[in-house]
Amino acid sequence: MAEPLLRTENLRRDFGGLTAVASVSLECHAGRVHAVIGPNGAGKTTLINLLSGELAPSAGRIEILGREATGLPAHRVSQLGVGRSFQRTNIFMSFTAFENCRLAAQSRLPSSMRFLRPAARYRELNEAAERALDLCDLGSQKSSIAAALSHGERRQLEVAMTLATRPRLLLLDEPLAGMGAEESARMVELLRKLAPGHGMLLVEHDMDAVFALADTLTVMVDGAVLASGSPAAVRANAEVQKAYLGETGD
Amino acid sequence: MDPVIFLIQVLNGVQYGLLLFLVASGLTLIFGILGIINLAHGSFYMVGAYLAFSLTERLGSFWLALAAGVVLAVLLGMALEWLVMRFLYQRDHLYQVLLTYGLILIFEELRSLVWGDDVHGVQVPQLLDFSIPLTDTLSYQVYRLAMSAICLAIAAGMYWLIQKTRLGMMIRAGSFNRDMAQSLGIDIALLYRAVFALGVALAALAGMLAAPVSSVFPGMGNQVLIISFVVVVIGGIGSVKGAFVAAILIGLADTFGKVLVPQIAAMVVYLLMAAVLLWRPQGIFGRA
Amino acid sequence: MDRQARSLQLLLLAGLLALAAFPLVGEKFYIQFITKVMVMAMFAMSLDLLVGYTGLVSLGHALPFGLAAYALMLVTPETQAAGIWWSLAASLGIAAAASLVVGLLVLRTSGIYFIMVTLAFGQMAYYYVHDSSHLGGSDGKYIYVRPALELLGWKPFDLENSTHFYYFALALMVFVYATLRVLLASPFGRVLAGIKENEHRMRMLGFATFRYKLACFVLAGMLAGLAGWLAAAHDGLVNPEMLSWHQSGQLLMMVILGGMGTPAGPIVGAVALKALELVFQGWTKHWQLLLGAFIVLSVLFVPRGLTQLFAWRRRG
Repeated sequence: MAEPLLRTENLRRDFGGLTAVASVSLECHAGRVHAVIGPNGAGKTTLINLLSGELAPSAGRIEILGREATGLPAHRVSQLGVGRSFQRTNIFMSFTAFENCRLAAQSRLPSSMRFLRPAARYRELNEAAERALDLCDLGSQKSSIAAALSHGERRQLEVAMTLATRPRLLLLDEPLAGMGAEESARMVELLRKLAPGHGMLLVEHDMDAVFALADTLTVMVDGAVLASGSPAAVRANAEVQKAYLGETGD
Repeated sequence: MDPVIFLIQVLNGVQYGLLLFLVASGLTLIFGILGIINLAHGSFYMVGAYLAFSLTERLGSFWLALAAGVVLAVLLGMALEWLVMRFLYQRDHLYQVLLTYGLILIFEELRSLVWGDDVHGVQVPQLLDFSIPLTDTLSYQVYRLAMSAICLAIAAGMYWLIQKTRLGMMIRAGSFNRDMAQSLGIDIALLYRAVFALGVALAALAGMLAAPVSSVFPGMGNQVLIISFVVVVIGGIGSVKGAFVAAILIGLADTFGKVLVPQIAAMVVYLLMAAVLLWRPQGIFGRA
Repeated sequence: MDRQARSLQLLLLAGLLALAAFPLVGEKFYIQFITKVMVMAMFAMSLDLLVGYTGLVSLGHALPFGLAAYALMLVTPETQAAGIWWSLAASLGIAAAASLVVGLLVLRTSGIYFIMVTLAFGQMAYYYVHDSSHLGGSDGKYIYVRPALELLGWKPFDLENSTHFYYFALALMVFVYATLRVLLASPFGRVLAGIKENEHRMRMLGFATFRYKLACFVLAGMLAGLAGWLAAAHDGLVNPEMLSWHQSGQLLMMVILGGMGTPAGPIVGAVALKALELVFQGWTKHWQLLLGAFIVLSVLFVPRGLTQLFAWRRRG
């Protein structure tokens, strides 16, 4: 198989006496969706925070696109080609949907220390923003202020912004959070469309979505990996059934 | 340096630091619990000093003046909270800064109207108006020792509040949560009013205690305010323990600075702050 | 452009024309007064770059302003004029350098810490200047001759003339205003807007936010330095009060009262505050009481500033 886009080795994160993530080793490959599931408090969000660079690991290694990325700050990780979306919508509420994506695209300019030409005149940025919005079916909403969008549309914008940075690896933290049935189905379709062009690490609670999308499934409990492998294999795993799937029965 | 002189400087430094602690602890509590940055805090210090001046004259006794002054300060604090401060709670710090800056102007002018612009002195209370001889030529004013003792007693009281009460537990956790407090049966509106009044009283008390030593003059509030800010920054916002440590540190640094490097004495405190910022921007006991 | 934005634009244009025409009919006292207001407006615009555009609430913006003023004093000979370019370079250079050093320290903090440490550093500069006898101590020092521009023996204008100085200041004010508008729309300006709105997200998108904040801080310092140079040249006197936190506080008032994050807001704020001062001073010796009350009431009842009255909407 080709080089993994993401590889972690025994990744660990402690908070004082509490170990939130213990010895997690996993991989993400281009074109494949790696879903991470587990009960609340399993350490999934901490894991994503470690991968995106928001938190520094207490131990272990992270390799992104073949480069050593352990302990890199978030903005450097992003520039390596990683896009991260948030469980709690983290967009620019007072900007239009278009401006949200345009600014995201602007992050890929070699430098934003440009003071003269208006940002709106950078054609490549406008095009990137349009593309991202269209991909996420938000084209019609591009001039709406983000605060005026519905919850589902904001979640879509959350993903669109990430896409506007042209990432190769996507770290998605519960993209379906708070969505109703129809919105969820749309989001799953979007993710399915995106999967072939990116490597995706998906943290989710929605089991239907997970089993519809995942190529690899990792189950985390109390910070450690309980099982990892193909969805069918993991589903059949007795321990997993006992610890997680059987109880929540999502 | 001569050991006795060294001792005197240490005592002075600690005394100044303890006074700063009184002011800074109020500031840090008001921020930690009420979430308000209060530029007018120095004005309360000034009000305290001027009250000490007036009340001592009228009542004839410094101690009576102290007691009356504290009561008046508490009332002032409660009135101010009710009239103005409670509209600031959820608002951007920017507006809190602006409004409390406006309050400074108001307090300054009111002070000018009521007491004028002259410098005044307050007599050291007779009971404590003597000195302990340390050597043939040097002695130390007992009043200053009493000041320190009073401040220490208050510090002890705050320690008890922080360590032994539920409210203190929340303050220590650094995340004062309105809902959590309410679920513990605490009346938030009353609590906020009480905390603000406490802060005002502490600052005013500091001013009253300082009056016999540093005299009473316009602008005394501003000086103290900025140093208190430095104390809070160095100690960590919301941390009373931090305020204590930082205040003593600054008291000593300022006192020794004046003796050892008089040319840059005024800057020593700020250089200290710059050093702390480089090492630990959230303050010694602040949360990252 | 929507109607309300257009009406504000027209008002500004009218104001500019009125300003340009004023010296033809005005008395010297008012010409000088308005010059001072324009310098304050520039100073306020520079703070707005920090506060309104980037969300950095600085209570120490008097530092680069005052240091630039003192720099002019230092490079001006006793009885001669300093060259305009050379003295401007000195003032702006000092302002930029000081802002760089202070910025490297204070930008490690945010929120309320930032407010406090900028205040503290401003005071540090104040005490340094106040206690330095070679800088004039608490009285300050005079600048006896205003800077002069001479090109091969030709003097295009004479800053000693109030009217010439007035137009010089007006031109610079328009320049600063135009600079800020261009900046606001540029990629740099968009980064600042993003930082103000959601700095965390900006970092997650790959922006090294620290360096943009630092650049903004230095730029704002330089613009404040420009205002400081003008203030010193105009008043002919520099004193420590130019570095005091009262100066910084007043400035913040202007920015907030006028309306933040809009290029015109600070101008409106400076005019309004100076006009109010003039009026209040005419009523009573204790005019600061009225000013303080005005500020308190404004914050309680008109939170978004005077330009809110025009409902100017920032374009997203």
